[in-house]
Amino acid sequence: MSSQEILFLLSGLKWTLALSAVAFVTGAIFGLLVALARTSPNRIVAKAAEYYINVFQGTPLLMQLFVVYFGLPLLGLKLDAWIAVAIGFTLHASAYLGEIWRGAIQAVPRGQTEAASALALTYWPRIKDVVLPQALRISLPATVGFLVQLIKGTSLAALVGFTELSLAGKFIANQTFRPLVVYSVVGLLYFIICWPLSLYGARLERKFAAASR
Amino acid sequence: MVKSPKRATVVSVGGNVGYKFDFGPVWDGMPDLLMGCLGTMGLALAGMLLATVIGIGGVILRDSRFPPLRWLVMSFVELIRNTPFLVQCYFIFFALPLLGEQLGVLMFKFGLLAKPTNLLLLSPTATAIIALGVNGGAYAIEIIRGGVQSISKGQVEAGLALGLHRAQVFRLIVLKPALRAIYPSLTSQFTLLTLTTSVASAIAAYELTSVAEIINGNSFRTFEVYFTVTIMYLIISSLMALLFNAISRRYFSYPVK
Repeated sequence: MSSQEILFLLSGLKWTLALSAVAFVTGAIFGLLVALARTSPNRIVAKAAEYYINVFQGTPLLMQLFVVYFGLPLLGLKLDAWIAVAIGFTLHASAYLGEIWRGAIQAVPRGQTEAASALALTYWPRIKDVVLPQALRISLPATVGFLVQLIKGTSLAALVGFTELSLAGKFIANQTFRPLVVYSVVGLLYFIICWPLSLYGARLERKFAAASR
Repeated sequence: MVKSPKRATVVSVGGNVGYKFDFGPVWDGMPDLLMGCLGTMGLALAGMLLATVIGIGGVILRDSRFPPLRWLVMSFVELIRNTPFLVQCYFIFFALPLLGEQLGVLMFKFGLLAKPTNLLLLSPTATAIIALGVNGGAYAIEIIRGGVQSISKGQVEAGLALGLHRAQVFRLIVLKPALRAIYPSLTSQFTLLTLTTSVASAIAAYELTSVAEIINGNSFRTFEVYFTVTIMYLIISSLMALLFNAISRRYFSYPVK
């Protein structure tokens, strides 16, 4: 591969990283809302959040992207392709992170909430200062694991025509007729990003497992 | 395949948008879509079987006494779990056939296939099955290994002390509790694998998403087609969840203590 082709791959990598970062951050914000709704004492809110999570966990990410990407213009929104894709991944991430954090919130011992209530803390301080700090710690390994899934998932943006790393790789492979080298490099680039995160997630998991023994 | 649209169901939304929903082409294409569902389920089933075989084989090799084998399985697991399924599909579909037989050794090193000679003949559907099996297999290795490790040595020793054969110990003391332990993670991995089959449309394997793309190409009713197909996937995954729960209740609901 020429240096120009490598640069093109790296510009694809840049979009993969940008998309992952935006999807993770905005997905985390909405995911927190989903998790709070899912654990809400209001049963209608909790049920709605449950359906939201089930729909996103029960359909392929690719279909979610297609529906959002082709559906948003029908609502009269004229959006940049990259914004539309980012919205799709945000919704996807919010459902998965919501479910992960739902589990973590429920894993915080009940006595903590009860003690906070006994100290006359209202809902918001109780959640913000007592439950969430503990829940986020518990959820950290799974959250890192999902981040890896999300980074790999951004490759599906290639199938709606968004030029991130995978689609950049496909262009270069078609142009140079050297798919073996190109796809190896593309895979390696994903691996270089994801592997350290996976190792970090596994280490956190071992640490927490040892601590809770 | 897809006949001319009959304009059966026309629903309009807000006048300012001016888009009229037309599910006619989707209804016309329903027989094809249902066949696509069968294709998806077939792919998923074949992928799950291959993933299970790779998972069990991988666990045996992973705990072998020969270090290079252990390293091979460990690198296979890490490599597959840290690269996207789409790139794996592209690699198997576009890159491997060019390798030819003289590079079979390299392929074996990557752990992608055991029989490099067949690679030149792979159809899109065969590629999809192999990619799904290899991808799911890497996850299955980790899951199954966790289950095997959850059985304490004392249990096995107690079984042997009671005069059971090694095979009996494996079947009665190791296998069933281990299956019970891994069942939730393995079945959710299988559901994920089923949803992942949609990515195989990128290499034109025969399944639901590819059928949807053909109908979309003929009718340009993009949103209607993909919305309907999304609901079909939701139905498939819900049915799978029901089935997995029923199996769990039938075989694994016994008291532990």
